[in-house]
Parts: sequence; C-alpha cells; structure tokens
Amino acid sequence: MGGWAIAVHGGAGVDPNLPLQRQEEAKRLLTRCLKLGISALRSNLPAIDVVELVVRELESDPLFNSGRGSALTEKGTVEMEASIMDGTKRRCGAVSGVTTVKNPVSLARLVMDKSPHSYLAFSGAEDFARQQGVEMVENDYFITEENVGMLKLAKEANSIMFDYRIPLPSTCSAGAAAANNPIRMNGLPISVYAPETVGCTVVDRQGRCAAATSTGGLMNKKIGRIGDSPLIGSGTYAGKLCGVSCTGEGEAIIRATLARDVAAVMEYKGLGLQAAVDFVIKERLDEGKAGLIAVSNKGEVACGFNANGMFRGCATEDGFMEVGIW
Amino acid sequence: MGWAIALHGGAGDIPRSLSPDRRLPREAALRHCLQLGVSALQSHAHPLDVVELVVRELENHPQFNAGKGSVLTTDGTVEMEACIMDGKTMRCGAVSGLTTVVNAVSVARLVMDKTPHIYLGFQGAEAFAREHGLETVDPSHFITPENIERLKQAKEANRVQQDEKSEVLAATGGSGDSQIGTVGCVAVDRDGNLATATSTGGLVNKMVGRIGDTPVIGAGTYANSYCAVSATGRGEAVIRATVARDVAALMEYKGLSLQEAAAYVVGERVPQGTAGLVAVSASGEVTMPFNTTGMFRACATEDGYTEIGIWPTEQE
Repeated sequence: MGGWAIAVHGGAGVDPNLPLQRQEEAKRLLTRCLKLGISALRSNLPAIDVVELVVRELESDPLFNSGRGSALTEKGTVEMEASIMDGTKRRCGAVSGVTTVKNPVSLARLVMDKSPHSYLAFSGAEDFARQQGVEMVENDYFITEENVGMLKLAKEANSIMFDYRIPLPSTCSAGAAAANNPIRMNGLPISVYAPETVGCTVVDRQGRCAAATSTGGLMNKKIGRIGDSPLIGSGTYAGKLCGVSCTGEGEAIIRATLARDVAAVMEYKGLGLQAAVDFVIKERLDEGKAGLIAVSNKGEVACGFNANGMFRGCATEDGFMEVGIW
Repeated sequence: MGWAIALHGGAGDIPRSLSPDRRLPREAALRHCLQLGVSALQSHAHPLDVVELVVRELENHPQFNAGKGSVLTTDGTVEMEACIMDGKTMRCGAVSGLTTVVNAVSVARLVMDKTPHIYLGFQGAEAFAREHGLETVDPSHFITPENIERLKQAKEANRVQQDEKSEVLAATGGSGDSQIGTVGCVAVDRDGNLATATSTGGLVNKMVGRIGDTPVIGAGTYANSYCAVSATGRGEAVIRATVARDVAALMEYKGLSLQEAAAYVVGERVPQGTAGLVAVSASGEVTMPFNTTGMFRACATEDGYTEIGIWPTEQE
C-alpha cells in the first residue's frame, strides 16, 4: 500500500482479428508510455504533470485515436477533445472541437491553470490556444492515410448498417465476421470502429491522484459531436480517493457518468478500488460497451472493461507491471 | 405518490433590495410557468414534454438568463446551451454554442430523440437545428439592454475570477443580479417517470466558447430512476462537484432521502455562494436548496403544495 501507481489505455473495443503485428505495435507504445510515466514518478513529478506528459506522448503517436491518428468526422476532418483533472482540489480543464492544436491535453491543462473557466470549445478554444502560444499545426497533420480508409469503410457500414443481407466489403476483415454476428460498437463493425480515446491516471508518492483523457472521437461523427472524453465525471474524474479515465461507447459512458461513479461508489458505499471498478462496469453500462483504468490514493491500480479487449498498461511502485489487450 | 414539479430561474446574489420592477415580472413568470407545468402534468403529459415545455417558456422570457435575455460573452454575443434527460431510460441530449436557435432546450431534445449522439456543439449544433427546421432568428433577438449593461459593468469590474473562494459579486449599483445563471425544470408523474431540463446563456463576460455545467450530464443536469435534478450557479464549481449526479448517487449509494442528499451537496460539496438546485424524487417529493443569497424558484406537488420564492423562507 502507498507508493505511486500508473495506468494508461489506448481504447476499449478491439477487433479480435487485429493482426498480430498491430497488437505488438500497440503493446510497444503502451510500454513506452508507461515507462515515461514511471520515470517521471520516480523523479517525484506530481501526478497532474505525469498524466499530461503521458497523454501528450499518446497523442503524438499516430497509432491510437487521439491527436495525430485521430478518427475522422463525417467531413474527413479532425475534431479533438480532451480533459484533465487534478484530484487534490478537483480542479479541471477540458476542450472540445480542437482542430489545430498539436496536443489537446495540454490545452485542457491551460484551461484549468490559465483561464477562469473549466471548459472551452471550438473557435473559443482555438483563440485561447493562440493567446497562450501553444504549438499549432494544420488540421491535416492529424489525418493518417489509414483513417481516411477507415472513414470510407465506416460510411459504407453506416449506410448498410440495418441490412444484414448485404455483405460488408471484403476488403475489411469484418466481411468474414459479418456472417456470424459481428461485434459492433457505436453501430460500427468492430474492425471499422476505431477504439476511442487514450488516457492516463496516476497517483504519486504523496497520494495525489490525477487523470487525463484525449480523443479524436467517433469515426464518421457529425461535425460538432462531443463525446465523453471532455466531460468531467463521464470520461475523466479525479478526487481525493482515486483517478479514473474511461474509453468506449461515449454515449454509454456519459449516461453512466462512469468516471464519477467509480469515485462515488468508493466515497458513498465505501468500496475499495477494484470492487468499485467491477461494480460500475457490471451495473452501470447496460448494453453499452466500455472500459476504464483507475488508481487509488493508496497506490493501487485497477482496470475493467466489458468491451472486447482494451489496450492498457499499468504499473505500481512495488515493481508490478503489465501491458495487455485482452 | 403523485406528480411533482419544480423549476428555477437561477441562483445568485439576488439582493433583498431588488426593485419591484425587477422582482414582480420574474415572480409572475415563475407563477405562469409553474401553472403551465402543473396543467400539463394534470393532463398526463410525459415529464419529458413537461420539462421541455416549461423551459421553452423560461427561455422566451427576457428576464432570465436563457434564450432571450441570455447574458453576453466577452465579445457581446450570445452563446446558449441546454440539456435534457429522461430518468427512466437515461437517454439525454445536450447542446452548446447556439447563436440563432430560439429554443435551445428543443435542440437538446432533438439530439436525444433523433441522433445516436448525446451532445452537439457550436456550428454542428446550429446546422443540426436548421436541418430539423427549428425556429431560428437573428442573433440580436436574444440580446437585451439589461444584459448589455451587465456586460459593461462586468468588464469594468473585471469580475470573472479564478479563485473558487471568492463570491462573484458585481457592483451593479443596486440590481446586483449579474450572477443570474440558468433556468431549469424537473418533473415526475404519478408513475414515477422523472425528467429534467436546464438551459442557459452562461456566465456574463465569459470567454467565447466557454461551456458551463448546464450541458455536462451529471454536473448541471441529471436524472435516473431515483430523482431528477437541475442545478444553477457558478458553472465551474458545479462541474467539479458533479452536483446533479451526486444528489442521485447519495440517494442510491448512501440511502439518503432526496432532501438530505440535495442539502448535503449544496451545503458541503460546493463553496458557499456558488450553487442551488431543484430536484424531485420518484415518489413525488420536491426540494429546492441553494447556498446563494437567493434563487428564483417555484414548485408544486399533487397534494396541493405550492411554493414560489426568491430568498430563503423563514424555516430555511
């Protein structure tokens, strides 16, 4: 008990047919980010700085759905959102509709630290970013060839979503799976669905918890659609007792106020971290598919998901470290 | 068990010296909206329809901070947001950054009913509203002289403060009501169906693009099978305390009554002077706690109880 703990995730809801090479790539990235966070924790960096640092790393890598490599809107553009919360005083910051800021999580941090508000969006967020002098890039910096291809598939899948007699394009592995009840998330076959979001939650040696989440959102989303990642209490939460970052079907996470509920169940029902995580995953998601990572102020780490897999990694000061998908 | 309804027109530093020409029209509006809601419930309208109806009425009233009469951003523009939630199904809808749509709460309702999403913002929300033929007007329609004045005073006093401990008072020469935030309504029918809706222009002199607690499910608005809650006050404080969700969570996880849960959240979870809420429970109870100087509010229950008020009553 006590000591630091860290958990990272790269999204819940993974294609069971994901090529092994991709799985290895993902595990390498998660390991790298975990080690970054661990090294920062060993240097006594406060939890709030560690989560920002780690999520920046995840945003910069095109592999997961955040920053570069974000899922695309219906118009083929990128609109990113992020939130960050400091458990010590429950200060928080969030942004949505970010299109030219290289690291949305850092913009969210600035909203928390340098503005009188908690949440800024769209052109207001971009104006604030400019004022703060953060690194800005063109929107196509965030767009990857792979996601352009995925968007096409998503549009096809969405348009034929309700007619199971039409086989999905054979170029996507869902074509084979379609014959026997394909896994779906947010209405898309799992092979086309881009796991939403990356996140990190940390407790430092002083028992301070923090959490941050960042995403490009739902593939083929309507312009202006906001998911759970920037919503405090839904995708992200940190208080005295724990830090939580969620991922999965955004609408289900919002309805469940998933991140807040982990903490509320600990606070109001006295459950321990793992029990709280298990409880909310089991009881709060109904038909929704999601996952989360969490740490407690006692140095524990936990994760839970009812989706098909979640890219994740966690480590504690006593030497425990694990990276996994299934 | 019977139906119950409660609505608010914002919590804030409302001085007792509020002049009759500012007090009476608002009291009349509260009375009118309450009657509207009560009649609807008596006609067995679904609580979702009741809260939308009442909030539309409050949005149209120019003296509350929602729809017409919304406070202004630092650029002198209006950016409206709203949220609606159904306790039974937990379906919800939210919008932010509306500038031309007459009734933000109805856009939120459409997002809930007509899209697989929960929350649409800014241009996307405006486009969606237009696609669905909702009434839009020139942005100037929402701006009132009172709010132009409020913005001027806020800029002069530079009152948007970061420190959570400071009460955001305004030297507004007597009217002292620049803190008016939000309108909302909660309702439950005889079958225990719960619903909530909240709508606002936000914080006076806010940064363009600033989102408050109103559209954040669990912060300003929340409903489940236990209760329906609509909160008002300093948005940033309501968000970090997840006010609306916590009222329900206390009932569910700690077994507190509606009254106890709401009183606890308003008394212990947010700083003094920052929040208020209205809530109803599945069994037809109602509560309207606030830790600010006042809160424009009204409620009624099927057994005949009615209350309309601004400041704390003697018993509180």
